[in-house]
Amino acid sequence: MGNTEKRVEAPLTEEVIKTLRMGDEVLLSGIIYTARDMAHARLEEMIGNGEELPFDAAGSVIYYVGPSPAPEGRVIGSAGPTTSYRMDPFVPVMFKAGMRGMIGKGPRSEEVKNLIVEKCGVYFGATGGAAALLSESILEAEVIAFDDLGPEALRKLRVCDMPVIVINDCYGGDLYLEGVRKYSSDVQIWQ
Amino acid sequence: MRRIDLREITQAVKELSIEANTIANCDLRDALTASIEKEVSPVGKAVLGQLIKNQDIAKFTNLPICQDTGFTVVFLEVGMDISFTGGIVQDAVNQGVREGYIEGNLRKSIVKDPLTSPVNTQDNTPAIVHIELVPGDKVKITLMPKGGGSENMSRIKMMKPSDGVDGVREFILKTVKTAGGNPCPPIIVGVGVGGTFDYVAFLAKKSLLRKIGERNRDPEIAAMEEKWLLEVNKLGIGPAGLGGKVTALDLFIEVFPRHIATFPVAVNIQCNAARVKTRII
Repeated sequence: MGNTEKRVEAPLTEEVIKTLRMGDEVLLSGIIYTARDMAHARLEEMIGNGEELPFDAAGSVIYYVGPSPAPEGRVIGSAGPTTSYRMDPFVPVMFKAGMRGMIGKGPRSEEVKNLIVEKCGVYFGATGGAAALLSESILEAEVIAFDDLGPEALRKLRVCDMPVIVINDCYGGDLYLEGVRKYSSDVQIWQ
Repeated sequence: MRRIDLREITQAVKELSIEANTIANCDLRDALTASIEKEVSPVGKAVLGQLIKNQDIAKFTNLPICQDTGFTVVFLEVGMDISFTGGIVQDAVNQGVREGYIEGNLRKSIVKDPLTSPVNTQDNTPAIVHIELVPGDKVKITLMPKGGGSENMSRIKMMKPSDGVDGVREFILKTVKTAGGNPCPPIIVGVGVGGTFDYVAFLAKKSLLRKIGERNRDPEIAAMEEKWLLEVNKLGIGPAGLGGKVTALDLFIEVFPRHIATFPVAVNIQCNAARVKTRII
């Protein structure tokens, strides 16, 4: 931890992912896509039916977010991460489709962590609760599918210097495990 | 008998919905600021700094503090010398939520039928409304938009009476540890003990209406709050779950008598965007 800040461009390449390590503070720029529970269920169904996806999944970064509505004069409302474990069941099929990166909050399943290593992917954490701050790094937002889902619609975002941190890198590093290990003191839960 | 037009309640709920979601309370702000000093992890300090900056941005842009503007929970303390005119109280509250969430550009997160057809109600209604009758001729409205991420990490346990105080402590620590980074730490831990299966959850939720630093009036329970808060902060979860000393900003316990055969305990987790606003009419 306390690693230096890195600037990274999305979509991601294997080459870039290999430079990222657990704890790296990253300023992410480029094109990313939003999807959460319902959008993932629909994407999975589309992939299962062999349909073409509404976005170019190769190297894509998926941001788990359901933004608040855009007030007049802004491209999007508040847009902080939602809890990632709910999307764990969809990760295998998303990797298969070409996804490389995910942004969310909270720990992932063992299966997801193994896939991140196997498929050379990365899981970034954004600060849960810092939704107005994160909104400031979003320059453009456009609903590209599932408009009927409202906040859960699939959006294409252009971001600039979005502050995220590498949680799970492609070498098996896990910042949640390491961080808690480093700072927990002896507390006997079971007396 | 004092007459109150329910349109006043609607207007107040509407304004409280917007204020609660966009303007952080001073106690939360102060607690976050003070916690930067306590935090030893550099990343943890940075996260706390982001949260404070986020509150500033929200305040000046009218953006919600968090995109999850919650399930709207409304507590009404209604003086018994009041007569409402113009309809039904619950309808007036829901109308206020509807207007506030639409005009305030707040996210609508409620789906109508949880089992058969999860279609968004488009206006964040219905609210959860708790009504209590109290002496007097005033109405106290307290509005708490409660996010889904921290609600998902909340737990209830029907313990055995023999589990006792140690059982409560163990359940709190296990619940917070299991929650980890999911509920957006630093969290506030709301604990209910006693009552029935349903009532204990209400107690836990109600405890979250307290201001940070406000202790239970029973000195013995207040001491437990302080002791267990210290223990929670030794779990190492830290801001955003990235490791650190500041896992919780406070821990509140509310109690109620219990049946001789039961020992209900509920832990309701509140996120770092703890939003509560009150108005008295």
